[in-house]
Amino acid sequence: MSGQSNNSPIVVEAFDVHKSFGPLEVLKGINLSVGKGEVVCLLGPSGSGKSTFLRCINHLERMTSGRILVDGHVIGYHERGDALHEMSGRELAVQRRDIGMVFQRFNLFAHQSVLTNISQAPILNRGQPRKEAVARARELLKMVDMEGREAAFPYQLSGGQQQRIAIARALAMDPKLMLFDEPTSALDPELVGEVLNVMRKLAADGMTMIVVTHEMAFARDVADRVVFMDQGVVVEEGPAREVIDNPKHERTQAFLRRMH
Amino acid sequence: MSARKIIPAANWGQRAIACCILAVVTFLIYMVATSPHINWPTIPQYIFDDTILDGIRLTILFTILSMVISIVTGAILATMRLASNPIISGFSSVYIWFFRGTPLLVQIIFWFNIQLFIPSINIGLFHLDTNDVVTAFVAALLALSLNEAAYMAEIIRGGLLAVDNGQNEAAKALGYTPSQSMLRIIFPQALRVIIPPIGNQTISMLKTTSLVSVVAAQDLLTRAQNIYARNFLIIELLIVASIWYLVMTTVASCIQYVIEQRLGQSSTQPPAVWRAAIRLMRAEGGRG
Repeated sequence: MSGQSNNSPIVVEAFDVHKSFGPLEVLKGINLSVGKGEVVCLLGPSGSGKSTFLRCINHLERMTSGRILVDGHVIGYHERGDALHEMSGRELAVQRRDIGMVFQRFNLFAHQSVLTNISQAPILNRGQPRKEAVARARELLKMVDMEGREAAFPYQLSGGQQQRIAIARALAMDPKLMLFDEPTSALDPELVGEVLNVMRKLAADGMTMIVVTHEMAFARDVADRVVFMDQGVVVEEGPAREVIDNPKHERTQAFLRRMH
Repeated sequence: MSARKIIPAANWGQRAIACCILAVVTFLIYMVATSPHINWPTIPQYIFDDTILDGIRLTILFTILSMVISIVTGAILATMRLASNPIISGFSSVYIWFFRGTPLLVQIIFWFNIQLFIPSINIGLFHLDTNDVVTAFVAALLALSLNEAAYMAEIIRGGLLAVDNGQNEAAKALGYTPSQSMLRIIFPQALRVIIPPIGNQTISMLKTTSLVSVVAAQDLLTRAQNIYARNFLIIELLIVASIWYLVMTTVASCIQYVIEQRLGQSSTQPPAVWRAAIRLMRAEGGRG
């Protein structure tokens, strides 16, 4: 976990991100910067805004104000003078190709086989030749311990298997950054481990990851840094073990007490 | 003690009603069969009459063409209805409101008489008499298709809304453009929900086409009417037409049953439509 070194290039930078749903302000000025190869876990009680913030990073959620840069590019907007002009659907699609995302509910394409789920996006959106994409898909299946399941359909797989396929699908686009939105929250307890193992492997391979999770042990072991959010603000952030073992802020302490 | 026989309760009320039904039906059949006013031997003569067979061809043509046009138009209207721009979605709503809110019969007569207020079409030097363009066939087809499109739009919209939003989000996150996401992810899944009601509409359309006889569009009913206008075998030819309508709807129902059986197998294997869609996508995906 070399990401902690301060001289690694910045992949994600968020400045003063605000987001309101009607009168309800769920993000009240979030700042965050994530270096290349760094693994950052977003922790906090439900409703604290961590998933919403994660979804702003690939513009699945439109923020109310603020700016997010991925790899130096403003996400979702063209900056012209003082104003930010929202991009068209096509331009957004191009930006999202570099940002992988894994959802709580897997969201595998229900009408496609495992192989198509993984290989279609690189073929369509990266112009990868079919043969290459299929070979790469097989490699990724091996990596997530799902070798030989190319022909299966999502409904034939357990939640843990579906989530591992979903990770392989996101990786097939060779993203610079992976976003995980509570990837184990919808899983039966005995299936959580297999998904976390894949994520551990990924972190060890140097992938830049932002993970919204309630798995404290995973955050403590794998994350370089944790960010504790509550009621739309960052309450505390720092090296994973430091924050989880010795939280300074009382809200962090109260939350961690409930988690243990 | 020996085992006693079990005798189910006799439902005398139902038995009495059943007897009444049998009596009434027998009487009606007897009355029709022995009626001196129905010339039974002429019915087999007309069943395979060339004029009647031509009419059947046209009825089937009307059904297929109007279903194809209405599915395409309906898909466009459904997508427009879901657009964020209020004028686009408003146009779709008003279209659906108008075409579902006025009788199809009125729409058919309206299209047939359109030259009364648009006598000709002029685009620059290009000039056309509306009467030459909007023949009885075109008027009938327009009316059937545009009316059906309103119903189809609602069916397709329902199918699109039935697909979980997570599918669209996953497609977005993988860098699919909005149109790719619609064509490759959302629409193929919506098909499962859309196909059964499309089957019902098709069966219904086979019968609905008879309405175009008011503009003499040469469908099955028009042909039957043409024949009995000459020989006055009104009931006989209406029976001939009814037999053919029954045959067509029965065949269509069987086709629908087979398709729905295949759709229903989804719990064990992907239904045929999906497999076809998957093959299509693979073929297209191969272009790289």
